[in-house]
Amino acid sequence: MNQEIAADGKLNNEVRTAKAFRSKKEEKRYWMLLIALLLIGVIAAYGLLVYNNPVPVDSPSFLPVARRRMYAVVAMIIAAIAHSISTVTFQSITNNRIITPSLLGFEALHSTIHTSLLFFFGAQALINFTGTGAFLFQIGIMVLMCLLLFGWLLTKEQGNLQLMLLIGVIIGTGLRSLSSFMRRMISPSEFDILQSRLFGSVNNAQTEYFPIAIPIVIIAAVLLILYANKLNVLSLGKNTATTLGVKHQPAIIYPLVLVSILMSVSTALIGPLTFYGFLIATLTYQAAPTYDHRYLFPMAFAIGFAIITLAYFLMNHVFSGAGVVSVIIELFGGLIFLFVILRKGVL
Amino acid sequence: MDRAQRSDSKSIFTLPFILAILAVLALGFISLATGVYDIRGQEDGMQMFFITRLPRTIALMLTGAAMSISGLVMQLITQNRMVEPTTTGTIEWAGLGLLVVYLFFDSPTLVMRMTGAIVFAFGGTMAFFLLLKRVRLRSSLIVPILGMMLGAVVSALSTFLGLTFNLTQNISNWFIGSFAAVQIGRYEYLWLIVLITLFIYLYANKLTVAGLGEDTATSLGINYNKTVLVATALISFSVGIVTAVIGNLPFLGLIVPNLVSRFRGDDLRSNLPWVVLLGMGTITLSDIISRTIISPFEVPVSLILGTVGSFAFIIILIRQRKAR
Repeated sequence: MNQEIAADGKLNNEVRTAKAFRSKKEEKRYWMLLIALLLIGVIAAYGLLVYNNPVPVDSPSFLPVARRRMYAVVAMIIAAIAHSISTVTFQSITNNRIITPSLLGFEALHSTIHTSLLFFFGAQALINFTGTGAFLFQIGIMVLMCLLLFGWLLTKEQGNLQLMLLIGVIIGTGLRSLSSFMRRMISPSEFDILQSRLFGSVNNAQTEYFPIAIPIVIIAAVLLILYANKLNVLSLGKNTATTLGVKHQPAIIYPLVLVSILMSVSTALIGPLTFYGFLIATLTYQAAPTYDHRYLFPMAFAIGFAIITLAYFLMNHVFSGAGVVSVIIELFGGLIFLFVILRKGVL
Repeated sequence: MDRAQRSDSKSIFTLPFILAILAVLALGFISLATGVYDIRGQEDGMQMFFITRLPRTIALMLTGAAMSISGLVMQLITQNRMVEPTTTGTIEWAGLGLLVVYLFFDSPTLVMRMTGAIVFAFGGTMAFFLLLKRVRLRSSLIVPILGMMLGAVVSALSTFLGLTFNLTQNISNWFIGSFAAVQIGRYEYLWLIVLITLFIYLYANKLTVAGLGEDTATSLGINYNKTVLVATALISFSVGIVTAVIGNLPFLGLIVPNLVSRFRGDDLRSNLPWVVLLGMGTITLSDIISRTIISPFEVPVSLILGTVGSFAFIIILIRQRKAR
């Protein structure tokens, strides 16, 4: 099956004219941009680790400080992988470059889980809700919800992605009103504990989750990268893909499940980031003039990594507003979103 | 079916309509009688009744009317049944307006907050409509998704401002619509809704024609842009007032008009009384539930609307798909 589609729909294997790029120049530009962005990301990450470290390198307390900062950088890498790959995949499957999977209400589910814990079992339970079991439990619930949604809506005769998306958004709204109601009933001090959990922040990432989160994210991402050839075909739209011999519905459920896993892990670990993925994907299409996902994915990751490390570095060390990085990313992503809609004119 | 009903709809007061009025009145009485304070036993019972009970029930009626009319008019203008103040970002804009007023004034009066909410709701809704005009849509389902994404951008801005100036709990409390705080002296601005409803009623035929689309409306001699502008202004007024006085009331404007047009077709003028009545009934019922479910405490009514409403929305969506 893979073989047939491998050459971007071309059957002639001897003269491969269908390259991922239109010209050598564009390909060169792609690689240069990719390397430059990765360099920016790495430099910013290095800066986050050592810049303004109050302890000298040879002091014994240097390691604990650096380790704490390294955890934050690892969390950023996880966020960058999860959001970049899942958003690009999702937009290709839905054949729509405006939509992002974070719309499906992961964040609402996340905050409902945490708020209801605090609400029903008290602050102690929320503080205790850490560790491998809790993490897997939370991800399990999120993926299960997505599976129900996808399975229910996409396998039916009138299966329709837009309908699924809208229903996901509505469920999100319903859950949000449920959790905000519960939040109203708690005392301000408990609200403070909860608020620190609900806003996306790499400094909140619980390090004991890493041993599970990292393999999950890497496996899901690798599986999606291996699926790149099919994604190339799917991104042509449902009709074209069917003509080219891809069974549309089964072919999209597999990547959708992987996307939901990536989003769940990232949301559970770092909190909700609604427009981060959108921002990454939009910039990726500008930076990589290709439709081949084998090239889109690395560029998306490089951009995501550069954005998040640079944002944290600037906010931590240049402007002193460390608490609001995620909100800034949201705002910036949202503005780009508006700009893109206005410029494209088609939805 | 539509035709048959249209012929006798010259007089609104058909039997079902009168029954509906009686039902809403009955709900109103139940609402008046619901509460923790014993108004019959206590000496100042009657006083209490006029200070809180009566204003609350009136506020419910007015708000229910306002939100469902806003939804109806929005659906006409955009020619999309999935549109209402929550799915166009109007409420988020109104909230941003409130926040901005809080930022500039220390303890703003209700009029100031209302003005902020109305101005922002108007600007935001107009921006959304202009956006819809500029964008070619592949599916009508995209419109609410786009509106909610825009709403998310606006709330990201609100969150940012809230975090920077330490107002988040204020905001998230504000955004839960509840009638608990309604009492004499705090709700009177809602009466403006009666005026707005009258305006919409007088304007109904023009709006119905505008709902046929820009080209048709223009060839029928309607100034389309002016009509849309006036309608948006009216919607923003009611949404702004409700947001400032009560808070966010999700999905009311979506469910009520959809139910009505399911039974009665799409003539705005003859549907309007039904939409008003059903809106009043729905919100009064929700409020009664919200007050009795964990009595003596109460649940914000927006929780019930948001949870039940999202389910109803999903059912409407699926039904609509199946009908095709």
